[in-house]
Order: sequence, then structure tokens, then C-alpha cells
Amino acid sequence: MTKKTDIKKILLDNGIILVLLLLVLVTGITKDNFFSLNNLSNISVNTAARVIIAFGVSGCLITRGTDLSAGRQVGLSACIAGTLLQSADYSGKFFKGVGDLPIPLVLLTCILVCCIFGMINGIVISWLNVPAFIGTLGMQLVVYGICLVYTKATPLGGYRRAYTTIATGRLFGIPYMFIIAFAIGLLMWFIYNYTRHGKYMYAIGGNEAAAEVSGVNVKKTKIIIYMTAAALYAVAGFLLGAKSGGASVNMGNGYELEAIAACTIGGVSVNGGIGRISSVVIGVLVFELLKSSMQFLGIPTDYQYIVQGVVIIVAIALDIRKYIAKK
Amino acid sequence: MAEYRLEMKGVSKSFPGVKALDKINLKVRPGSVHALMGENGAGKSTLMKCLFGIYKMDEGEIFLDGEKLQILNPNDALHKGLAMVHQELQPIPERTIAENMYLGRYPMAGMGPLKVIDHKKMNQEAAFWLDNVKMPYDPKAKLGSLSIAQMQSVEIAKAVSMSAKVVILDEPTSSLTDNEVEALFRIVRDLKTRGVSMIYISHKMAEIREIADDITIMRDGTYVGTWEVKDISDDEIVRQMVGRELTNVYPPQEATATDEVILEVKNLCSINSRSFQNVSFQLRKGEILGFGGLVGAQRTELMEAVFGMRGIRSGEVIVNGRQVQITRPRDAIKDGIGMITEDRRGTGILGCLSIADNVSISSLNHYLKAGLVLDLKEIEELVDENVAKLSIKTPSNRTLIQSLSGGNQQKVIISRWLANNPDVLIMDEPTRGIDVGAKYEIYQIMINLARQGKAIIMISSEMPELIGMSHRIMVMCGGRLTGEVSGHEATQENIMSLATRF
Repeated sequence: MTKKTDIKKILLDNGIILVLLLLVLVTGITKDNFFSLNNLSNISVNTAARVIIAFGVSGCLITRGTDLSAGRQVGLSACIAGTLLQSADYSGKFFKGVGDLPIPLVLLTCILVCCIFGMINGIVISWLNVPAFIGTLGMQLVVYGICLVYTKATPLGGYRRAYTTIATGRLFGIPYMFIIAFAIGLLMWFIYNYTRHGKYMYAIGGNEAAAEVSGVNVKKTKIIIYMTAAALYAVAGFLLGAKSGGASVNMGNGYELEAIAACTIGGVSVNGGIGRISSVVIGVLVFELLKSSMQFLGIPTDYQYIVQGVVIIVAIALDIRKYIAKK
Repeated sequence: MAEYRLEMKGVSKSFPGVKALDKINLKVRPGSVHALMGENGAGKSTLMKCLFGIYKMDEGEIFLDGEKLQILNPNDALHKGLAMVHQELQPIPERTIAENMYLGRYPMAGMGPLKVIDHKKMNQEAAFWLDNVKMPYDPKAKLGSLSIAQMQSVEIAKAVSMSAKVVILDEPTSSLTDNEVEALFRIVRDLKTRGVSMIYISHKMAEIREIADDITIMRDGTYVGTWEVKDISDDEIVRQMVGRELTNVYPPQEATATDEVILEVKNLCSINSRSFQNVSFQLRKGEILGFGGLVGAQRTELMEAVFGMRGIRSGEVIVNGRQVQITRPRDAIKDGIGMITEDRRGTGILGCLSIADNVSISSLNHYLKAGLVLDLKEIEELVDENVAKLSIKTPSNRTLIQSLSGGNQQKVIISRWLANNPDVLIMDEPTRGIDVGAKYEIYQIMINLARQGKAIIMISSEMPELIGMSHRIMVMCGGRLTGEVSGHEATQENIMSLATRF
């Protein structure tokens, strides 16, 4: 292989990241405040919630599945947290007469509720053999419906300070959100690389039939993956609620698509078996930088959607191209 | 009129590293049924694929009615009068019979500026041709509502409707009942009287006797000869099919087999009534037990059922004197059985994973610290040890398995099972698609395992391998066990005659 084709290969394999980094660089040079500490800290907080969702989705993608219910589960978790963590003196309090609940208990409730949906996703996909795309699409609607019924579509607000501080607070100048995301990233990295479950996950993605023959409990592994993912959506929803200081049923809408796109941009293959935690982090970071750049460049929101859509398609086309080349 | 309807002259075809066909001749008389026979891998399918333009032949000529023919692709062949009824039919069961017959050549009708499919004409024509071969099915019925035999006759009707001059029947009776075979033969005889020539690929001697006029035998990609069926005996056919010298070299066999039975299978019946039935056998410690038979003998299905990959309706599996319930591979692994599957790509390798991951995947339970964390260092040692022991040629343990050669991939899969230290290792076509050098190494590994007291079941379609490696050979035919021969008494002839005892 000549050096020239080497460069071409690197460019094609990482093309989308390079183009987006170029865009970031141009934005940084032309717009003064882009590389300011304030904006970077802002991006890190935005990234934190998104990367937690993407960690969850990555497991589904690596096993050749997907999870389209991610965004709605984030919304449900934010709404559950919202209804349980309002100030006692807030006039629009959802559960009047209920005193202040311990915050960890509320977080646990969010996680448990979402895990139930994650488990159902896993069971539907592994035991009933429903394609993940369809199964989780159905779950997306179910979760949204449940959220509407639960909140009666009322917007939630008036949160306790202790709750919102989780999002706004800093330790030695580092936002709590960033620290939490970092800790979860470490945990996931450990699971992916140092546990049986992680190895089984990659094996299923690499060749499900061969994994089964090798004695891997494919069904159990998949159920755990969808439950873990749901737990992460719950945490993300809980944090997003704190960050916004309010929640509504529409919170998290469409986040699953951004998470899938970010994973793919970072190098998690939609053909399964391939994808590291670092890929997920890079993907989300690049995607968030893209959004921030477009805001700084003054591109209207409507057009931003178009750009994001194109980026998603190009990223997946490039990913598939890599796979076909291997054949 | 030319003497022959179809003539293939000096057809040769090579694949990288193998000469699949070497100057094959085939001459089919008009209105005759011409049997094409040979062992698995003799090159029958390759020859037919060359005829249909699926493979491009390296040299050779094809004549149809004396005229030289250039065939570009299967569609081209169809239009020139060659049709094939496949071993595995490829119909679209959810569409109607007529639509399947006219797929790709629907009769069209004008509807203003648009061209639309003329369903009425299509159904009428389909009905006509079905009637023509005396199979009056409703052309509007879904193809999937027919039996395999009926689908075959639809394929034949399709061939007739395209005025095919030569129809190839590739093991047409392999999944048919006796009555269905009779019906098929009625159609075949009818076509003969109309002057259609047929090439009939089959292993079943009785059928050849009943239906074929001429017979051409192939062996290892070479042309053996052509006879009139009435001039050649069954024994002679078998002799001509296998009559080669043993050219492969096998490591010397060792008398490692003991009397201690480690695995016993009693009256095992498949959940699928067309698959294996009432199979019983015993496997002893230190033994290499060969399983021979033709393609379709259900050897793979039997072993996959023993390993829990397929369902059984009845029967017992006894491991180390204890009856076990195996419903999935995990159960079999717990009971000390390992399985190297036939389809290495489909159910063996984890393509996009490293050699290390591929070796360790089924034994991770042995490498847990505190029941939770994997001891990566110990796993690394396991992999290093196996790479050295089986001399797997790889740049590193991190190399992706898909970049290795077939032989090295197979050694990685063998390591995967050795890491589990099983008592019984089932190897389904362990040397398929592997070069000669690596084959020898794999034989050596098998002999070493037997020496350590492991019991090995080897399914092989290569007779010399079967005879060269096995202490005992079980032969299957059509889902039944038709006989057993000891390794030193085994000859290609006696195995072949058991393998064709339909």
C-alpha cells in the first residue's frame, strides 16, 4: 500500500470528524467567544447529558440493535423527577401535601421505572425476536403515552434548590454534570473491557450465531444491555430536568437519533461488534461542537436541523462503506 | 439433426489453488435422460454452473444441437433453451404460482401510455403449461401452498413453457416421498417423448436404473467416462466414482481408543421428520469416530442436535453414564462437549473481534476475579499458550480473526474449545477449505487430543480423510445410520455402498 492511499483511507475513515473539527476551528477563529472558558464549560454540561444517553444506545448498536425509545425514556425520567422534587411552597405543585423526598430515592425511582421499560425492550427483542427497530419504536410511543397520562401534560417547574444545584454546581470549577458523566464513562469503560458481559456484547455483535454456539447466553446479555441503557436514560433525564429547572412531556424528544448519530460518527458500527467508549465520547463531543458552532455562526435553527440530518446520513454512509470494503 | 442435443467439450475451471474441473466432456442425446454421477466435490455442480454461465470456464466449448454456444449468465441460458431445477428451489412462496413462473418476463399489456402486467394472460398461459405437464394447479394459488415436489413440477412447467431443450434436475428426489418420485418420473418420461433432454444428478442407484439412459461419471474434477446405463453394473459405478488412490498423507494412526464409553446416543429422532431418525451410537474415550455419508445424509443435523443447536423429538443422550438434557449449546458445554461447526464463517468465527477474544469467548467463566472482573492477564496467557501450541500464524493476539487464513481460523476455533477442556469434541468437516499443510497440522492436533483421552467425532465428506483418521466409521444415508466399519476394514467402496443404501 502506498503512502498516498494511506492518507486517502485515513481521510475517508475519519472524514466526518475532520470536517466537523475544521468547522469548529473556523468558528473559533472567526467568533471571539467560542473558545471562551464559559462556552467550553457550557458545551461540557450539554455534552454530559448527551453522552450518558449515547453510552446507553452504544450497547444496543454494538449488538446490532438500536433503541428508539431512548429520548422518551429521558423525558419520562425528567417528568418523574420533576413531580417528586418540587418546592413545598410552589403554587403549581403536582403532588400537593407530599413533603420533601430524599433526592437519591427519587433518582432511584426514575432508574427503576425506566429499567422496567428497558427490560421489556430486551425481552421483546430477544425472546419474541422482534427487530429492535420496531420493538423500541413501539416502546417510544408507549413511554410517551404513559408520560402524558402521568403528568396530564402539565409543564413542571418550581424545583427545590438542592435538585437544581446538581446541574449548576461545581467542584473546583468543574461542573458536577461533567464529573458525573465522567464517572459513568469510567464505569461503562470498565464494563465493556473488563467483564464477561462486555466480551459477550462484542461477541454477539460480531456474530450472534457463533456466540450462541460458543455458549454465550445471548438473550440474557441483550436484556441486560437494554436495561443498562434504560438506567442511563433515567440518569440523563434526571440531570436534564435539574439543568433546565423544569420539565415537560416533550423533553428528550428526538435525543435517541442524536445519540445514534453521535455513536456512528465516533466509530460505533451499525453493523455490530465494533465500538469503544472513547468512540462514543468523541462522537458526542463532535456533534455537540457542531451544534454550538452553528449557533455561533448564526445559522438559523431551521437550517441547523437540515445540516444535522445530512451529517447523520453521511456518517452512516461512510461507516457502511468501511464495512463493505472489508468484504 | 446433430447427434447430440448438448455437448460440453474439454471444460476446465480453476479456482485459486484448486483445479475444480479438468477437461470434462458431457454428451447428451436428444430425448434422453443422462445421469451425472460422482462423489461430493467431484465437480458436478461446478460443471453445471459453467453450463449456466454462473462460472466462466477457463477452457472448453458448449454445443447445442451442433451449434457452438456462448452463455453469459443464467438468464441467457434460459433463453437459449437450458433450464435448471435446483436442489434447493429458490421460489417466492408468498406470490402466486403464475407470478413465479413468469417472474422477470411478465406478459405486458398497454393501458394508455402505461405498460402494466397482463394478469389474465399470465394466468391463462400458466394454466396451459401446468396442464401440459399434467399438473393442473390453480395458477392463482400461492406457491407456498404447494409441497416441495409440486414446486418442482412448477419449475419444470416453467422450463417447458420456455421451450427448454435441456432440463437439469439436480438431486430432484432428495426430499420427496415415494409417490412424489413416481409423479416426477411420469413428467420426466413425458418430456422424453417430446424430445427434451435431461441431465439428472443423483446418488440414488435405483433411480438411475429406472429413469436414466446414459451415465457420465466424474471423479475429483476429472472425466471418468460415459456408459449406457444397461451396460454398467452398480458395483462398477461405485468403483468408477471412488476409484482413486489415496494421495493425501495422514499422520500414523495410534491405538488410543479405549473401551470406556463417554458419550452414548440412543434412538435420537429429529424434531423434523425429514431429518435424522432413530440414530444410536457410542463414543469411547481416546477414540476418533468418523461419520461418513453423502450430502443430505443429515450428519450435521444429527451432531448439531447432540450439541443443542437443533431440536429433538425423542431419544437420549448419555454423557459419562449420566443422561443429560441438552436444549442449547450452553448445556452441551456444561456437559463437557465442544463443537466445531461446518460453517466456519456463519457459526464459528467472530469476524470483527481479535484472536484473543475468539479464543477466550466460551471459557470466560474460568477467568473471573471475585466472580466479576476478568483476569485479562491470565486470558492473555491462555491465548499465548494456544497460539504457540497449535502454531497459529498471526502477527499478534490483537489481530482480527477475519484477516487470518482458513487453516489458522480453524486452529483458533479449536483453541476456543480446548480452553474449555471438553471430554468430547465434535468436528464437522474440520479441514474444509483448508490448505494441505494446515490440514496435516489439524490431523496432528486431533491425534494428540485422542492420546490425551479426549473423544472426537469427525464428520467428513472426504473419504480418504475419513479412512485415514478414524478408528471407527459410522455411515449415514437419508437420516438413518446404515452401517459401521472399523478403521482398518474401511474402503471407499464399502463406505460408498453404505452411504447409498437408500
